Formats: sequence, structure tokens, C-alpha cells
Amino acid sequence: MKLFKRHNNVLPGFGVTLGFTVFYLSVIVLIPLSALVFRTMGLTWGEFITTVTAPRVLASYKVTFGAALIAASINAVFGVLVAWVLVRYKFPGRRIVDALVDLPFALPTAVAGITLATIYSSNGWVGRYLEPLGIKVAFTPLGITLAMTFIGLPFVVRTVQPVIEEIEVELEEAAVCLGASRWQTLYRVIFPVLLPSILTGFALSFARGVGEYGSIIFIAGNMPMVSEITPLLIITKLEQFDYRGATAIACVMLLTSFLMLLVVNLLQKWSRRYAE
Amino acid sequence: MQNNSNATITDRAQTEPAFVRRALVTIALIFLALFLLLPLAAVFSQAFEKGLVVYLEALKEPDTLSSIKLTLITAAVTVPLNLFFGVTAAWAIAKFTFPGKNLLITLIDLPFSVSPVISGLIYVLIFGLQGWIGPWLQDHDIRIVFAVPGIILATIFVTFPFVARELIPLMEAQGKEEEEAALVLGATGLQTFFRVTLPNIKWGIIYGVILCNARAMGEFGAVSVVSGHIRGMTNTVPLHVEILYNEYNYTAAFAVASLLAFLALITLMIKTFAEWKVRQQLENN
Repeated sequence: MKLFKRHNNVLPGFGVTLGFTVFYLSVIVLIPLSALVFRTMGLTWGEFITTVTAPRVLASYKVTFGAALIAASINAVFGVLVAWVLVRYKFPGRRIVDALVDLPFALPTAVAGITLATIYSSNGWVGRYLEPLGIKVAFTPLGITLAMTFIGLPFVVRTVQPVIEEIEVELEEAAVCLGASRWQTLYRVIFPVLLPSILTGFALSFARGVGEYGSIIFIAGNMPMVSEITPLLIITKLEQFDYRGATAIACVMLLTSFLMLLVVNLLQKWSRRYAE
Repeated sequence: MQNNSNATITDRAQTEPAFVRRALVTIALIFLALFLLLPLAAVFSQAFEKGLVVYLEALKEPDTLSSIKLTLITAAVTVPLNLFFGVTAAWAIAKFTFPGKNLLITLIDLPFSVSPVISGLIYVLIFGLQGWIGPWLQDHDIRIVFAVPGIILATIFVTFPFVARELIPLMEAQGKEEEEAALVLGATGLQTFFRVTLPNIKWGIIYGVILCNARAMGEFGAVSVVSGHIRGMTNTVPLHVEILYNEYNYTAAFAVASLLAFLALITLMIKTFAEWKVRQQLENN
């Protein structure tokens, strides 16, 4: 133990680097975020509750969280499928497909937004085939779900993929030797190992969807009570110089993000325990 | 024979029947084509719909050029600051043990979990007219929000974790034996960093910087809140795309958007290469 401590002190620069890290973190992130909390505390409890539970605000929660939930579920299913196919099967262009999965991270949200709105509008590439079927995507909550699916897509793939890569061959061989069918192996052996990472990916994708703004507003239609997402409502309040309203709603959103962050951390702890 | 039967067990244990495999690959590819390839193709198709001349014309417009300039300035300030922070934070966190380390890592990741709209709002609450130091700033004729400094601040916030979160696990995995050896042999701290640590984390840095840069140039939500949307003054490229689109000037909007899509493709290429290099380096260690 003592040796370890002395060992630790050989490298220089601990004080300076940690000091700068904490300073920069405080100036850029912690103090500004605390401004939001303090400003909210300037409201009375009654004011706060009335603001954040106004009908228009409640409707925006419903649209935002509902769409994010559906989008994250779609991503959980297809994300696992994509990760599985990328790790286990060989097909031409696999590496390019693998790299392309991160496109929603790299493509600016405004570009994604105007593009999705154009493709799914009634005379767009996809929209024109959906319209005769009575399916309207652009300017409806369905469009919001679609945009959230797009931006959340990489999360599940990228959390599940490394876990599939690390599954030991022996695990599956043992299952087969013990008489399990392929389906039983997948369901009883592989799936429990993947579950924590699937849930982590789901939570990350959901959290991203809830906070997303740029890729959604172009396709959403932004009708109050119908297709207005909470982040947009914050901006609307701000543009009307209703700082109190904007701050209160933002505080609710911030608390939700903290809650999601906590969930993700717990899930990751759980998955690490599984690995050991 | 022995080997042969072993191989069959492994095969049977690890793969599905051929038709299932083909079906799964097909479904996955159709899903990705619909969600990724189609939008990408649409950007370029819309941008070049009226031909190359109109495309170039749209890009040469003064407001477009000034938005490109502002985006480049923003990235030029943001990326070096966050790079410096990322390297310092990774040095402190990966090479030393101290209480509260996990909390610090969580706090560094925080900007990724905050909605972009909130990332902009917090600076309005501090520097805006109704904000904490807004009145003081106005008395001294300093503009931060609805001006370039606000755009830069918001961009720094949203790209804050990129370099640090890439370097921390990488430097943790590499340990500190090499640095210790250098110090024992008489190198100074800075020499050790530049000659020993830096070559080891080079590709990790490139990875972090390229993602940080992509987000800095493409950020929309946070910047939109603090910008003020003054044409030719406080419009970044993504904000300019929005304005053109809302004016029904679709070809120009997609022409400018195609620049950002190009950036995204180049980012993905460099990122994939850097990822491969990092993996290679870790395997060599």
C-alpha cells in the first residue's frame, strides 16, 4: 500500500491538471447549470407547479416522452439486430455499413431535420407512397417519432455491439453440447448477457430523443397541444420574454436528464457485474 | 477428424441456418438504408436538383459566406480549448487516484445529457438582459448573448466532453509505466508528456478532436437559443440552413446543408480510421 502511494507520486502535474479541470468544468458547466436551478428557486412553489402543469405544457410532455419511448423501443429492436448482423455475419460492404451507423451523430441535426421533412412530406421520396395509404408522417407526432428514431439509432448499436463481440464461443458451445437448440441458446444464454447493454442503449436513445430539438422541429409541424415538443416550448416562452416559464420547464427537463443519467449509470454498473 | 467435429460444434453453436442469416442481414440493411442512406442521398439530390451552377451560386451568396466564416471561427476557438481541457482532465483522472474521481467523470459527461435548448438557455439566464450580470454588461456595452461570444460559449458547452471522454479510458488502459520509466531516466515532466504520452494518445486525440469539431460546426439547438439570428452577423451555417429552408428557398438550403453533410462524411471516415489505429495501438501494448 505504501509502495503504491509512492508509486503514485512519481508522475508530476497532478495539482495543476486537476485544478484546471475543476476550474474549467465549473466555469463552463456547473455554474451556468446552477443558474438555471437558482432562477427556478426564485419562483414560489405554487407558481412553479402552475407553470409546469399548464395544459399546453402537459401536452408537450406527452408528445415528447411518448414519441421518445416509441423511438427508443424501435431502436432497441433494430439496434440489436444491426449489432448482431455486424458482429456475427459477413457480407459485402460490412465495414462501410458499420461506419455509416454513426451518421446520426455526425450529421448536424438541422440537416437531418430538413431532409427528413422533405423525404416524408406528401410529395417527398417516401411520403408520396405513404400518403395514398392514409399515413401522414410529416407535421404529425409520427414525424417526431421518426426523427427521434433517426437520431437515437447509433446508441443501441454502439452499446450492444462490443458486448456481442466479447461473448465467449465456449458459452454457446456448452449450451449446444448440453442439448440446447439454437433458439434456446439465443434466448436463454445470449439474451440475458445482452440485456443490460440493450437497456442502457434504450435509456440513452430515450434521453437523447427527449432533449432533441434540431432534427424534430422541421418535421413536427409544431402545433400546440398536438405536435409541440417540450424543448420548442421552452424556446417559444423565451421568445415571448417569459423567462420564468422557460426556466421552470427547463428545470423539469434538467431533472429528467439527471434521472436518466442515474438510470444509465446503474445499468452500466449492473452490466459490469455481469461481466465479472 | 477430431478437428473437423470440433469445427462443426463451433459452427452449430455460433451460427443460424443460412436462410435465417440472409433474412436478418436483409432486414438490417433495409432498415439502415431507409433511415441512413436515404436521407443522405436526399441531401445531395436536393442540393444539385437545379444543377451545379445554381448550387455554386447559392454557396457564393454573401450571407452564406459570412455564416461559413462564423462557423469556422467558432470551431477554431472551441476545439483547441476543449482539446486542452480534455488532455489535462485525462492526465489527472487516468494517471492518478483520488476521491471523487467517478463523480468528476460523471460531471464531465453532463453536457451530453442536457438538452441543447437548455445548453443555450443557461447562458441567456446569466448574460441576458434579465440575467445575473446582464445589466452590468449592458452598462459597459459588452454583448455576450445574441452575439458571437454567446455562440462560442454555447458551442464549448455542448462539445465539452468529446476529447476527455475519449482520452480517459485510453490513458487508463495504457497505464503509466512508460511515463515512470522516462522520469526515472531523467526526463522532465513536459518532456515525458510530449515524447512518451503524446505519441501513445495521438489517435485518441484525433478521434476526439474530429468529433468535437463536427459537433461544433453542426450544433443547432444551443446556438439557436443564444444567436439572435441576425443575418450576416450571428448566423452559423446550421442556422443559415434553417433560414433558407423557412424562406422556401429549398435548393439553397440543401446546397448549404450539403456542405455539412460532406463534413459529416469526412468526419466518419477519419473517425473510423482513428478508431482502427487506437485499437491497433492497444493490441500492440
